[in-house]
Amino acid sequence: MEIFFLYSAVFLTIIIAIPLIRVVKGPTLFDRLLATNAIATKTIVLICLIGYIFNRIDMFLDITLAYAILGFIGSLVIAKFVSDSKFRRKEQE
Amino acid sequence: MTIINIISIIFVCIGILFMAVGSIGMLRLPDFYSRTHAVSKSDTLGIIFVMLGLVIYEGFTQSGVKLILIVLFIALSNPVGTHALARAALKKGLKPLFSNSKQKKNDS
Repeated sequence: MEIFFLYSAVFLTIIIAIPLIRVVKGPTLFDRLLATNAIATKTIVLICLIGYIFNRIDMFLDITLAYAILGFIGSLVIAKFVSDSKFRRKEQE
Repeated sequence: MTIINIISIIFVCIGILFMAVGSIGMLRLPDFYSRTHAVSKSDTLGIIFVMLGLVIYEGFTQSGVKLILIVLFIALSNPVGTHALARAALKKGLKPLFSNSKQKKNDS
């Protein structure tokens, strides 16, 4: 069963690497923020799978909870900062 | 290989498939407002499936209860974060892509 978790963690790492392309060549700022949000959400599942690989799920679950809460708070704060600040975004049109 | 392990493997495989669909949609869709669909809905459903597979494998212990709490928190927080980003983009004046707009569809 640990072998299945190992292979699924490897495949999930490949899936996580796909939105990095959108981070690099996103046309606007919001595309980059959305791609980083997607990466942070999928990393939660990866940390749980790593906990089952090492047989220390009781320790890794606390790390997962802290990471989920920090990712959510960071996404909300960045969205509020971008929508309220007064800087001028360069139009691509 | 008991029956519980087989059910857990099926759930984890379905969840990883949904997350792969979400990542490909993140890369392929033409607009910001359509990419929010790929991030919020597909990723949330995939994470719920993977975590339910891990809960079935774990059983009713302390770690299983914590996994259920993580599932509830992600199911609440991920659409809220994506909606906040879309609302910020709309407030900053980002135009959606219509079928008759002058912007090219394949600029990506």
